[in-house]
Amino acid sequence: MRALHVIVCLKVVPKPEEVTVNRETMTIERANVRSEINPADMNALELALSLKEQHQGRVTLVAMGPPLFDPYLRLALAMGADAAYLLSDRAFAGADTLATSYTLAEGIRKIGDYDLILCGEESSDGATAQVPPGIAEWLGIAQITYAHDLEVLSEARTARARRELAGGHEVIQVPLPCVASVVVGANEPRFMDMERKAWAQGEGRVTVWTAQDLGIDEEMIGLKGSPTIVSGVEQAAAVQRKREFLRGTPQEEAQALVERVRSYL
Amino acid sequence: MTKPAYPPEEARGLWVYLEQDQGRLEGVSLELLGKAREMADSRGMAVTGALLGDQVSALVQEAIATGADEVLVAEHPLLRLYTTDGYTKVFSQLILERKPDILLLGATANGRDLAGRVAVRVRTGLTADCTNMALEDGTGLLVGEVTGFGGGVLAYIKCPDHRPQMATVRPGVFAPPQPDASRRGKVVTVPVDLSQEDVKVQVLEHVTGQGLDITKAEVLVAAGRGCRGDFTLVNELASLLGGEMGVSRVPVDQGWASRDRMIGQTGYVTRPKLAIVCGISGAFQFTVGIEKAETIVAINLDDEAPIFEQADYCVVDDMFQVLPPLIEAIKTARGGNGGRQG
Ligand SMILES: Cc1cc2nc3c(=O)[nH]c(=O)nc-3n(C[C@H](O)[C@H](O)[C@H](O)COP(=O)(O)OP(=O)(O)OC[C@H]3O[C@@H](n4cnc5c(N)ncnc54)[C@H](O)[C@@H]3O)c2cc1C
Ligand SMILES: Nc1ncnc2c1ncn2[C@@H]1O[C@H](COP(=O)(O)O)[C@@H](O)[C@H]1O
Repeated sequence: MRALHVIVCLKVVPKPEEVTVNRETMTIERANVRSEINPADMNALELALSLKEQHQGRVTLVAMGPPLFDPYLRLALAMGADAAYLLSDRAFAGADTLATSYTLAEGIRKIGDYDLILCGEESSDGATAQVPPGIAEWLGIAQITYAHDLEVLSEARTARARRELAGGHEVIQVPLPCVASVVVGANEPRFMDMERKAWAQGEGRVTVWTAQDLGIDEEMIGLKGSPTIVSGVEQAAAVQRKREFLRGTPQEEAQALVERVRSYL
Repeated sequence: MTKPAYPPEEARGLWVYLEQDQGRLEGVSLELLGKAREMADSRGMAVTGALLGDQVSALVQEAIATGADEVLVAEHPLLRLYTTDGYTKVFSQLILERKPDILLLGATANGRDLAGRVAVRVRTGLTADCTNMALEDGTGLLVGEVTGFGGGVLAYIKCPDHRPQMATVRPGVFAPPQPDASRRGKVVTVPVDLSQEDVKVQVLEHVTGQGLDITKAEVLVAAGRGCRGDFTLVNELASLLGGEMGVSRVPVDQGWASRDRMIGQTGYVTRPKLAIVCGISGAFQFTVGIEKAETIVAINLDDEAPIFEQADYCVVDDMFQVLPPLIEAIKTARGGNGGRQG
């Protein structure tokens, strides 16, 4: 059996329920907001770890982001990943999906020797689902988006997955190496391994690579490398709902409700 | 700057990707044609539909009736089922040859799969999941409105120097237009250069069109974790009202309900006349899928559940206590015979 090298793209995102907007400056209040590994990326990591158990081999993490990502990468190391790379440089800031996928693809190229690259279906803050196809295109390899489960046929050098589609599903097979994005909730991410935890937080390494380390074209990264620009932000008009509370016994509540929605019955 | 594939001066026209599956146009493609028509008319532009598939020309008339001035038809046996590599190759070639100014795609699973790949191949920007869009006065640039965290912030995104200006829109965001069978348009059959070598993706199984489409329901009765997997009352209420049952993410993850009933950010954006939301807390990933409802009723045990901020009528109670008398009261209100259910 051929050992498998799986690279997982992990993003650290602010917990959506803790994010607030400063109504005056129209900026996101990031202070005091706790972060987490993007939920779908946890499912990608779990899939990677179970593939590693099945096929032998190793799991490598890669993320593009600020130094605050470091402790989260260590959590993922404690769950069972073997190595972590953080692509971190001020020049990467402000990247849209074109520049983000390019940077990640260059990082992955430098890590090298991969069979499978796993992403989450989408990030809970960006929510574009574009980065995985972008990485696949920059690397010139196949992609499987919205994978619900995925198996590697290592002898045949292929991956096979069930994709979720509107009103149905499909099963597709592509040659390795490939990129796959995993739907949120596809599996139950495992807990940290307590023995690995000490290692991950101590001598376990998160290798930081800057733009220069990647030898990357500076015109194609960060704000400069991003064709899209944010031309304005605004507060969304709050939905105006009646918010009428109907009180009483369940019978009284039901009756009051029927009177109010009679036109739809 | 990443080098654009062609300069803005050479770019012409507003394109809509006409996504089809097994001989049926996706509803979102029709919704986009309606929006494209409206924007194009404001600046005297033409709307072009791009239709890829195998033996799909029967769909052309529907696209023209819905707003297209011209439909490019790329047919090939290898395009019968969607594959990333086959569709990306053909579509990117078409784009680079004909240089559209704007390209809109539906944010379905395959629409997003294709959009993300094509955008990188032609080296342009892509605004994902627009909740609205317009052409800017003066420049004519596409401005996509997207919502930020919790839906509380709107951001406006432009792509000034790269073409096409690409954007995706989720199904249900724009209302479907009324087709006009008397509209006339041009059909252009384009040559397709595709061979088996180009298509590395093998589709082993493809099952779609199981018929359920909760975005079309006029009444939705939605249930979440609070129903604890028991949909008996929810189903009874939904069929009594001639509607459909919808769910939050939790029942899908728990295996209690299928994904095609899921409402929200990764589910469907729905716009029913009446939504009755039971045992759902109201996380923004859920509410983005229901906020277009005309009237929202929420039933939840917790009087602090965020769903009550988004509801017209709020019932703080146990859904299992409220639904039986509600079903009875509806039957009585209708004259005691159970109405449409007969
Ligand atoms: C990337 C991403 C995408 C997501 N996309 C979606 C999406 O598309 N759609 C979606 O729905 N979610 C989505 N979510 C999940 C979302 O954040 C919430 O976790 C989910 O909507 C919660 O579902 P719920 O309200 O059913 O469950 P909970 O949040 O657990 O709420 C259950 C509610 O039921 C009430 N309740 C319990 N028992 C009763 C009873 N007997 N009677 C009445 N009320 C009762 C409780 O008070 C509680 O308010 C997404 C999350 C992520 C990270
Ligand atoms: N900055 C990043 N670092 C690592 N992975 C990322 C980053 N941005 C996006 N991804 C990956 O791409 C997926 C989809 O993200 P998005 O396209 O932003 O919705 C995520 O679930 C991650 O797996």
